[in-house]
Amino acid sequence: MNNQDTAIGVEGLTKLFGQITAVDHISFKVKRGEFFGFLGPNGAGKTTTIRMLTGIIKKDSGEASIMGYPAGSVRAKQLSGVMPELSNAYLDLTAWGNLMLMAELYRIPANQAKERAGSLLQNLGLFERKDSKASTYSMGMRKRLVLSMALIPDPQILFLDEPTSGLDVQSVRFMRALLRNLKKEGKTIFLTTHNMDEAAEMCERVAIINRGKIVALDCPDNLSISAGRVYLIDVSFDKAVSQETLANLPGVNRLETAQAIETSDMLRAQQAMAGAGRPGGMGGNQGRMQAQMAGGLSAGAAGTGAGKTPGADTGGEEKTDYRFRFYTDNTTLLVTTLVDFSRANSLQISILNVRPPSLEDAFVRLTEEAKR
Amino acid sequence: MTNSFGVIDQIIRSWAIVKKDMRIYYSKGPVVLMGIMYPAFMFIAFAFGRDMPVASLMPGLISMSVFFTCSAIAPITFPWETQARTLERLVSAPVAVWTILLGDMLASMLTGIFITIVPIIIAIAVGSTIVNALVLAGAIILGAICFATLSLLISSPPTSAPQYSQMISSFVKFPLIFISGIFVPLSEMPAFARSITFISPLTYFTDLARYSMGGGNYFPVGIDFMVLAAFTVAAWIIAVKLHNRTLPKRI
Repeated sequence: MNNQDTAIGVEGLTKLFGQITAVDHISFKVKRGEFFGFLGPNGAGKTTTIRMLTGIIKKDSGEASIMGYPAGSVRAKQLSGVMPELSNAYLDLTAWGNLMLMAELYRIPANQAKERAGSLLQNLGLFERKDSKASTYSMGMRKRLVLSMALIPDPQILFLDEPTSGLDVQSVRFMRALLRNLKKEGKTIFLTTHNMDEAAEMCERVAIINRGKIVALDCPDNLSISAGRVYLIDVSFDKAVSQETLANLPGVNRLETAQAIETSDMLRAQQAMAGAGRPGGMGGNQGRMQAQMAGGLSAGAAGTGAGKTPGADTGGEEKTDYRFRFYTDNTTLLVTTLVDFSRANSLQISILNVRPPSLEDAFVRLTEEAKR
Repeated sequence: MTNSFGVIDQIIRSWAIVKKDMRIYYSKGPVVLMGIMYPAFMFIAFAFGRDMPVASLMPGLISMSVFFTCSAIAPITFPWETQARTLERLVSAPVAVWTILLGDMLASMLTGIFITIVPIIIAIAVGSTIVNALVLAGAIILGAICFATLSLLISSPPTSAPQYSQMISSFVKFPLIFISGIFVPLSEMPAFARSITFISPLTYFTDLARYSMGGGNYFPVGIDFMVLAAFTVAAWIIAVKLHNRTLPKRI
C-alpha cells in the first residue's frame, strides 16, 4: 500500500496513562475507502486509539497520520468525522442547532450546510424533530444525531466508536444499512465494536487489539479460519452416553460436555457482549448463543451428569438433556458417524447444530491466548 | 469549504463557539438577571449609607457589573462541557484549544458589555454625567476582554465539577472587589492599602470609569489602558498554556 492509498497510517503508536500502557506500539494502515474494524475486549485500547487518531488525546510516542496529515492536526480533523460511543451532542440545542454548530466549526458554507443538514436529518429519520432539543431525544435518536453531526462535514474518514451499542434491533439494522451506504460512497470507515457479527458482516479487514497490542490483523474470513478450521457440532441425545465412547468416534478432534459448553459459551458471551447494556450487540450467533445459554443454565445441573457412563448416579435428578459439543475438521464424517452411533445405541438426537468457525471464535482464542 | 488553516481561519471558527455559548449559557433569563442584580445588590450592600453622593458611586457599580458579568460563566463552561462530553466534541473538530478559549472569552466579553448598558442607564438616570464616552467605551471593551480572559485562568484546573470552579472563582473575585478602589477612591486610601490595589486589574478599570464619569482618576488614562492590556495579554498566554496542559486530563 503506498502512501497515496493510505487513509490512516499508524506506526508504533503508544499511549501511557501513568504506569499503564494503554496502547503499546501498534502499527497498521487503513486503505482509502476501506471499512476497517478495530476489535478488542473492554480496556484493550480501542477508544484510546480512536482518541489519538482524532486528536482528542495526545500520543506519547509513534506516528499516526490521516490522509497524509499528522493525526490531531487541524487539517486531519477537517477530513474526519467522529462518532463517539457516548452521545456528545449539545442537549440544550436542537438537532438543527447541533448540526449548524458543527457546520460552522468545519467552515461549511451556510447554504451547503443547510442542504446537507436537511438531507441528513431526513435520511436518519430526525427531520420531524429537528427543532426539538436533543435532551428530549431517545438514546437511538441521539446516536443518529451524533452520526449526522459526524457526517455534516462530508468527511473522507469516519471514526465510529461502538455505533450500534445500546440500540434496539431496528435501529441497529438502520445504522448498518446506513454504514453500508457510506462505504458505497467511498468513505473510509474505522469502526470499533464488540459485536463480532457486525464486524464480520461489515468490515473488509479487522484488527484485534488486546492489552494495548494488536494480536491479529486480517480479513474476517481469514481470521475465522485462523481459529483452527475447526467446525463446532452441538448434539443433544435423549439418554446419557459415555463421554469416552463419543471422544473416540472417528472425526472427533475434541469433545466438550454440557458443563464445558456453558463455560465456553459464557466466555464468548462476556467477550462478545462485553458487559451488560449492549442490546444492540445481540445478533446472529450471539442471539443463538444466548438462547443456548438460557436453556443451558436450566439444564445445567442435569447436564453435568452427561458424559458419564449410562446409569451413573444423577443425584436423584431426572436428566432431560445430554448435550455435547464436538470440534471437528470433517463435518461429513462426524455427522454420519453420530447418526450411525445413535441408531446402533437406540438414541434420539434432539439437537444437531453445525456451526462454521466464526470471527468470534478467533477473537476469543486470540484474546484468551494473549492472557496466558 | 475553506482550504486555509491559519489564525484568521481559527478566529472565524471561534465565532461558532461564541454563538453556541450565547445560545446555551448566556441567553438564559436567570443568567442575564443575575448579571444585573448581583453586582447591583453587592453595590447597595457595601456603598449605600456612606457619605458619598450617589452619582460619584456609579463608576464603582459599572466596574462591578463588567467584572462580574464577564467572569461569571466562563470559569464553569469548561467543567460543564467536560461533564457533558461536549468538550470532546469540540476538541475533535478542526479547532485549536486557543480557538475554543477565544470563543468562550468573546462570548463572556460580549455578554458583559451588553449587560453593562443597564448600570450605565441607571448612572445617567441618577444624575451621573459621562464626560468622556470614548474612554468609557474603550475601558468597558478592554476591561471586558481582560476580565473574561482572567476567568479562563480560573477554568483551567482539570475538573468536571462546575462547583469546584465556582469556588475558585469566588475565592479570587471577592477579594479583588475590596482591593480595587471601588468603594474607596485610591487617592483616599492609606499608602499600604493603595500598594495592594496595584496588583488588581479591576483597579485600573475603575480608575478609567471614574475618569470618564468626571471623577478623579489616580493614574494617567494611558497607563490604565496599558496595564489592562498587559494583564489581558499575560492572562491569555498563561490561560492557553494551562489549558493545553490540562485538557488531556479532562477527556
